[in-house]
Order: sequence, then structure tokens, then C-alpha cells
Amino acid sequence: MSRLVIDIAHMLAGSLVLISFMMLYQDRLFALINIFALHAVVLTLSVTWQAYIQHAPHLYVTAAIALVFKAIIIPVALHRIIQRLGIHRDIETAVGIGLTMLAGMALVALSIVLMLRVTSDADPIAREDLAFALSVILLGLLVMVTRRNAVSQVIGFMSLENGLVLAATGAKGMPLVVEISVAFSILIAFIVVGVFLFRIRERFDTVDVAALDEYRGERQ
Amino acid sequence: MNFLPFDPVAAVLIVPVGGAALLALVPGYRASARLNIVISLTTFLSAVSLFVVDRPVPGTYMLVDDLNIVFIVLNTFVGFTTSIFSGSYIAHELETGRLTTTNLRFYHAMYQIMMFGMNLAFVSGNIGLMWVAVELATLTTVVMVGMYRTHEALEAAWKYFILGSVGIAFALFGTILVYMAARPVLGEGQDAMVWTNLIAKASAFDPALLNVAFVFLLLGYGTKVGLAPLHAWLPDAHAEGPTPISAVLSGLLLNVALYAVLRFKMLLAANPDAITPGPLMVTMGLVSLIFAAFMLYRRRDIKRLFAYSSIEHMGIIVFAFGMGGALANFAGLLHMVMHSLTKSAIFYAVGHIAQAKGTQKIADIRGLTVTHPALGWGLVIGVVAIAGMPPFGVFMSEFLVVTSTFARQPVLAILLVFGLLVAFGALLLRVTDLAFGEPQGNTARAEASYVPMYVHFALVLIAGIYLPPPLVAWFQHVAGLLG
Repeated sequence: MSRLVIDIAHMLAGSLVLISFMMLYQDRLFALINIFALHAVVLTLSVTWQAYIQHAPHLYVTAAIALVFKAIIIPVALHRIIQRLGIHRDIETAVGIGLTMLAGMALVALSIVLMLRVTSDADPIAREDLAFALSVILLGLLVMVTRRNAVSQVIGFMSLENGLVLAATGAKGMPLVVEISVAFSILIAFIVVGVFLFRIRERFDTVDVAALDEYRGERQ
Repeated sequence: MNFLPFDPVAAVLIVPVGGAALLALVPGYRASARLNIVISLTTFLSAVSLFVVDRPVPGTYMLVDDLNIVFIVLNTFVGFTTSIFSGSYIAHELETGRLTTTNLRFYHAMYQIMMFGMNLAFVSGNIGLMWVAVELATLTTVVMVGMYRTHEALEAAWKYFILGSVGIAFALFGTILVYMAARPVLGEGQDAMVWTNLIAKASAFDPALLNVAFVFLLLGYGTKVGLAPLHAWLPDAHAEGPTPISAVLSGLLLNVALYAVLRFKMLLAANPDAITPGPLMVTMGLVSLIFAAFMLYRRRDIKRLFAYSSIEHMGIIVFAFGMGGALANFAGLLHMVMHSLTKSAIFYAVGHIAQAKGTQKIADIRGLTVTHPALGWGLVIGVVAIAGMPPFGVFMSEFLVVTSTFARQPVLAILLVFGLLVAFGALLLRVTDLAFGEPQGNTARAEASYVPMYVHFALVLIAGIYLPPPLVAWFQHVAGLLG
């Protein structure tokens, strides 16, 4: 495989990590959603590239799902929801941005050291892809734990899921990738558009998970 | 001896799916509750027939072997008894107006889809399919936990969803890594995800990749098992959902995740250069046990109390499997079965108690043996059994875990016994409050179904006194497979 082919794959996967970092310091919900849409677009490009170099036409389906569903439908739906709920103000972050960025760097370093060490025998594309994918997953997790707002937690989860799709497409010839991305889309659609946000909004004045935390389990 | 064109594997999958579709259409709740029981019974009978009918040849998607038969039969049996309990439970919920008939249609359909997801996870012979099945089973329970739509129920469902998704994500990443490890040996495509192939060729896999994969899988599926420190969803989900779901969560869904962990443990055991998963599992098990044992003292909610007890017992089971060896594995398997039966029966009792008293607060429930003798004594028997007192089966399995550990690692055994005693104290303390003393609160008679509860207790009691030799031989054989 030519050097250029590998470099492009790495560049796309690397950009995904970079965009995950951008999510960490967004303090407005609209901006966060837009960054997520960008995340999904880059994922689409990355998956398309993998489909092309692996000669795996079924991955084009995964790419199409990423583009249509995650880059268009979900962001638009979230925009609508946020406007309807009237919560397009600042996001409350549970941890300061500086600290979050430092933690993010530590996580990326960890995943690269870990994955490059254990995958010394794997082929070069999959090797770096896995390291990047794990970084995206851990950064998504970081977004989830540093935000209190239910919508931004969902976005954190979706970016985490993008990391999984990146890993699955990087693993050459992995079966069920399309099925898994469909399963995830259903899961997300379920949550985002459907019942949960709606019910939470129905019952509470805020979609802030902190408001839910009041109950902390034990009722006196 | 396959006389009829009957495929039990297909039956345990198709019956729940067809049932779900049917239940979504049936309007009356009485009819659908009965139908739910019939469907669950049919599934259970199909599962039992796996013992007599020839097993299907392990294929790309399905696998039935000596290990998962135990899980499938247990799963469908508890699914069946819970459907009976559910019938009388929801009748009361409908009367009090906590649920509507539309809710119930949805509830029954979801119940069968959940059973389908769990059965699929057990019979899947493919790591990818197994992941999808576990995800499906989790999703349906998330929805059911949030069913009452109260403040607490929504918080519980949200927490469960967030933590469950993170677990699901880690498990998928681990699954991808296993595929990556298998691909150079087994080639690309479906073959590298099939259990039978994986186990056969595991010794040739890259051990480093396999190690990392196992850590992710243990974290991912471990979240589902409810191992500390990833257990935060479990008490809330148990306390706020409908009680039949609490029974199924504790009795069955935790086992599904445990089964996944065990499968991957077997995979690692087949590779001589990979880490031994034992120490990791022993540590997580012990931490869960001791942590949950102390948490039991501070519980004020009766369903939460038993949810923490589930964490404690899953800790013991994971500990036993982590120790490994024929005896500890045997004890772990037995304990898993005993725990499923006892804990679900306790939840049957607790569900009716909470309905009769109109509260879940421990402080408001007193003197149950006087006001509701059948339920009160049921609870006492259940707690005595789950706390590990003879002559019940839980005592025997805990005894086996402790003795097998003493023989090999006395220090760990002391920690284990310490945790068991702490939990024992907490449970007895609470049950004396609940069951005896001056009656408090509502004393009206409860419309309850006692049969499932007492059948479970009888089984646990029989197992504690006399385990039939064929069953022992079967368990020993399976314990040997687990390595």
C-alpha cells in the first residue's frame, strides 16, 4: 500500500481526534452541536476512504449513515429541541476548561502509548487507527463526565460512538459493521428524538442533569 | 432423537419475538398478562427440550454447548415465574393508577423483547451478535425502568442509560480488539468472530492485544454485571422500575453480562501467553462484595437494600470464577443459580409488600409477619437464604467458595468471609425490623401470587439439602470447561 494512502487515512483519523478536542472547550450548546456535525462529516470521509482502500463496498453504507443521520438529521433535531426547550444559553461545565484539556491530552497520550505498544504486529493503518479511535472514545467519555447538561451528554456519547465506528472500520474485513452502526443509530434516535429528553422536559423545568441529581438515590 | 422438525434454539428466539408482536396487539390487560405467562412457559419448555433434542451443530451465528444450556434454562425459568408474579403485580398497579392499559401493552411487549435479547445473547455463537443482543436487552430494560415517569424513575433510567452506554461502548471496543487479534490467524470476515473458531485457535493470537481486549470487555460487560465502581446505575434502576423488572434485572440480566465475561475468560485461558484474568476478576469481585456489604447498612429503601445485596452476590460469583479451578468454578456456577432463584423470589415478596404497604421505605414497614404472614415469612425465608444460612442452597455455594479459597489463598478467604459477615449482619438487622415488632402502616390483605415465590424458595432449599448426582456431575463438567 502506498505511503500516501496510509497518510490520508491517518490524517482523517487524526482530524477526528482534533475535533473531539474542540468539543471539550465549547461553552455554547449550538456551537457544540455544530462541532459534532463536523465530527460526523470527518467520520464520513474517513469511513469512505477506508471503504475505498479496503475495497469494501458495505462500508459506504456506514459512511452514508454517518453523513445523513449524524451530520444532518441529529444536529437539526437537536437544534430544534434546544430551541423548543429554550436552553440555548451557556453550558455549565462541571470541570474547568483548562483542567479538561489537560485531562484530554493525558487520555490521548495514554491511548496512543497503550495501543501502539500492543498492536506492533497489526498492519500500519489499523495500528494508528485504533490508537486514534481509542482517543476519540476516551475524549467522548470526558465530554460526558464534564458536562451536566443532558443534551451535551448525548453529544458526548455520540462522539464516543463515532470513535467506535472508526475502530470498527479500521479493523479490516470486520463483519457486522453496518449492522452495528445501524444498531447505534437506532439507540441514538431512540434517546435523542424520542422519549427521554421529551419526558425529562415534560417533567422538569430544566434538562440539566444536576437538577435530577437532587434525588441522589435515597429518599428521606 | 429428533422425531419432529422442531428446533429448540429457533423456538427460544422466535416464541418471544412472535409473542411481543402479539402482545402489542392485545388490548385487554388480563388477557395479555395470561398470554405473557403462556408465551414465557412455551419458551421455558423449548429451552428444557434442549436437553433431550439433538443439539444443532455450532454455526456462524448460533452455538449451544454445555455451558450456555444452564444459563438458557435458568433464564427462561425465571422469566416464566416472573411473568406469573407480574400478572398479579400489574393488576394492582392498574388499580392504583400508576400504570395505564396502554402502558401495559407496551410493558408486555417489551418484556418479551427483553427475553428475546437475553436468550439471543446466550445462544449467539458470534461475539458481534452477542454484543448486539446484550445491547438490545439493556435498552429494553432502560425503557422499562423509566416507565412510571416519576422524577426518580427518569433519573434512574437516565443514569442507567448513560452508564450502560459507556459499558456497551467499551464492550464493543473490546470485541473489535478480539477480532483484530483473531484476524491474522483466522482470516478476514465472519470466521474470526465465531466462538468455536476463536477458542480452537486462541493459542495463536497476539497475547498483548488479547490482554487489552479483555480489560475493555471486563470493564464494559462488568458495568452490566454491576461490579463496583461501575455499579452506580444498579440500585436506582432496581428501586424505581416496576418490581418484576427488578426481579429480572437481578436474577437474569446480570447473568447475561456475567456469561459474556466468562466466555471471554475462556478465550484468554486458551492462550498460554495472555495474562490470567483471575487476579483482575478476584479484585473486582472482592471490592464489590465488601463495598456493597457496608452500603447495606445505610439503606432506607427496601428495593435498594436488595439491589445492593445483588451487587454483593455478583461480587462473590465473579470472585469465585476469578479464583478458577474446578471447585471454585463449580461453586460460582451454583451460587449464580442460587442467587438468581433467591433474589428474584425476594423481589416477588418485596413487590407485593411495597404494594400492600404503599411505601418502599424500610422505616414505614414493620411487623410484616403479623399483618401479612405469607409475605412476611416469605421475606424472612428469602433473607435467611440470601444471607447464606443453612440449610439453603446459598449457604452451600458460599461455603464452597470460602473453603476452596482457604485451601489456596487464606488471606483472600479472610477478606471474603469478612465481607460475607458484614452483609449477613446488615440483612438480618433489616429483616428483623421489617418482619417483626409492632405492626405499622396499612394492614389490608394483599392480592398476591405466592406460588412463584415459594416454588423458588423450595428449589433453593432442596438444592441446599440434596443436589441430585446427575446435576452435580453436569455442573462439575461445566466447571471443568471454564478452566
